[in-house]
Amino acid sequence: MLELRIRKRFPARPDSAPFSLELEFRMAAGISVLFGPSGSGKTLILDCIAGFAAPDEGRIMLDDEILFDAASGVHLAPQKRHCGYVFQNYALFPHMTLRQNLAFAAERRPRLERHRKVNEMLERFHLTDAAGRRPHELSGGQKQRCSIARALIGSPKLLLLDEPARGLDAPLRSELYQLLRQVRAGFQIPVLLVTHDLDECFELGDEMLVLRDGRLVQSGPPRSVADKPASVEVARLLGIFNLLEADIVELNPQRNLSRLRLGDLEISGTYFPGRLKGDRVWLCVRPDQLTAGGRDGAPGPNQIPAQLLRVVEAPGAVRLEFSGGIRVEVTRPEFERQKHNKEWVVGFPPQALRIV
Amino acid sequence: MQVDWFPLWLSLKVAAIATALSLALGIWVAYLLANRRFRGKEVLNAAVALPLVLPPTVLGYYLLILIGRPSPFGRLYEWITGSPLVFTWQAAVVAAMFHAIPLLVISARAALESVDKSYERAARNLGATEWRVFWKITLPLARRSILAAAILAFARTLGDFGITIMIAGNIPRRTQTVAVAIYDAVESGNGALARTLVLIISALAIVILALANRLAQRQAA
Repeated sequence: MLELRIRKRFPARPDSAPFSLELEFRMAAGISVLFGPSGSGKTLILDCIAGFAAPDEGRIMLDDEILFDAASGVHLAPQKRHCGYVFQNYALFPHMTLRQNLAFAAERRPRLERHRKVNEMLERFHLTDAAGRRPHELSGGQKQRCSIARALIGSPKLLLLDEPARGLDAPLRSELYQLLRQVRAGFQIPVLLVTHDLDECFELGDEMLVLRDGRLVQSGPPRSVADKPASVEVARLLGIFNLLEADIVELNPQRNLSRLRLGDLEISGTYFPGRLKGDRVWLCVRPDQLTAGGRDGAPGPNQIPAQLLRVVEAPGAVRLEFSGGIRVEVTRPEFERQKHNKEWVVGFPPQALRIV
Repeated sequence: MQVDWFPLWLSLKVAAIATALSLALGIWVAYLLANRRFRGKEVLNAAVALPLVLPPTVLGYYLLILIGRPSPFGRLYEWITGSPLVFTWQAAVVAAMFHAIPLLVISARAALESVDKSYERAARNLGATEWRVFWKITLPLARRSILAAAILAFARTLGDFGITIMIAGNIPRRTQTVAVAIYDAVESGNGALARTLVLIISALAIVILALANRLAQRQAA
C-alpha cells in the first residue's frame, strides 16, 4: 500500500513557467496507471516516491514505513526506499553483462542466495540464453525484460515504471503488457506505471489516475473514467470524445427526460441530476456511440444534419468527420452500405448522451 | 658516441610514478568537484588550474618554500626518511605532479560529469551506496577518458623542465631528467647527445599521443 500526499512548487524561471505539483492518492496491490500529457508532472511523482526529488510539503508512506515526511524532516535516501524503478531508457549498466546487471541489484543478499536468485530471475524472464551478453547486444524485448527483472530482484515493496512502452513496436508492446500482467499476478505489490497512452491504461490499469498540470483531476477504473469523465478537462485529455457545447432547455426528472439545444437544433437525452435549466454544458459522447446515415427528408428526432468532411480509415473501423467537429465511428460494412449518401444525418442515441 | 641513458630512464620512472600518484589524487579531487558541494569549491577549482598559467619558475619557487629543508613539510619528510626531499629524484616526482594534476583533474571531472546520470540513479535505486556507485558505475563508465587523460599527463610530465630544475636541480646521474640533460648537452656543446635525446623524446611523444587519440576515439564509438 502506497499513500502519498505531496506538494512541490517550482517558481517561474526565464526559460520555464511556474509549475506546482499538488496531489494525494493511495494505491494497493495491482497496477495503477498515471495518465497525463507531457509536462503534467508524471515522472516527477515517480522521482518523489523513489527519493530522487524532495517535495516541499507532505508525506509519503509505503506499507508502514515513512519514506518522506516534511513535518518531521524524514527524507529517506533512494537506497533505503525499496522501490523498484524501471527507467524510461531502461538504464541497464552498459559495461556489465545482463547477469552482472542482475547480480549488482541483488548485492544485499548473501552470496549463495544471490546466485540462486539471479538464476531464478533469468529463468523466469526467459533471459538465461542471453545472460552473458551486454545491453548493446540485446534485443529490445530482452532489454525490457532485463530492466524489469533487475528492478524486481531485490524484492521491492513497490514497482515504478516510467513510460515503459515508449518507442516500442506493436509486438514488443504486447509482449510487455503480457509480462506486466504476469508481474501483477506473481509479485503482489503495487505497480505504478506512467503513460500518456490511453490504450495502455485499458490494457493494464486496475486503477487510472488522470493528471493535469500537477493535479489529479480524476481517478478510478479506466472503464469508468472513460464512461464518465468528471470534467470537460478530463474528457479532452482522454481525447476520445466528441465535445459539443449545448444548452439545457428542459429537465424532467419524472419522465427521466431532458432536452438540449445544439446550435439551432434540439435533441433529447436522459435526466441529468444536479443541473439546472438554462445551464451551458458540454455534451460528451464517444464516436462509436453515435450513428451516421443518409438524410431522408426532414431529420428525425435526435438526428442532426451534417456535412461529411473527411473519411479516416482505421484498422477495424472507419471514422467519419463531420461539420461542427463531430466524429462518428462506424464499422467497415456499415460504411460500405452508407458511402453513397449525398446528405448525412448524425444520430444521437438518448441513452449515450452524457454532459460534463 | 657514448650515450648516457640514465636521464631517459629517470624521466620515465619519474613520469610513471608522478602519473600514478596524480591519478589517485586527481580522481579524488575530480570526484569532490563533480559531486560535492562544499565551501571553497571554487577556490579549489581555481587552485587546481593554477599550474597551467603560472610560469614554472614561480611554481618552483613556491615549492622550494613549501618543501624546502627549513619548511614544516621538509622537516617532517627529513624526520621520517632521514634525508631531505629537495634535490632528489623524489623532488622531481613532486615537480612532475604539478603538471599532471591540472590535466587529470580537469579531464577526470569532465569525464565523471559526462556519465549519464540515469545509470547512477538506477544504481542508487538498486540500493548501492555512494561509494559503490562511484567505483562500480561512474568510474568504469568514465575510465577511457580518464585513461586517455592519464596518458597525456604522462607525456606532459616527461618533459618538465622549469619546476624540476628549481627543486630537483641538475645533478648528473641523480636528478638529471631528459629535459634537463638536453639543456645541459646544448649548453656544453654536445650537439650529438642533444639531437639523440630530442629525437627519442619526440618519437615517444608521437607514440603516446597516437595511443591517447585511439583511446578517446574508442570511447566515442
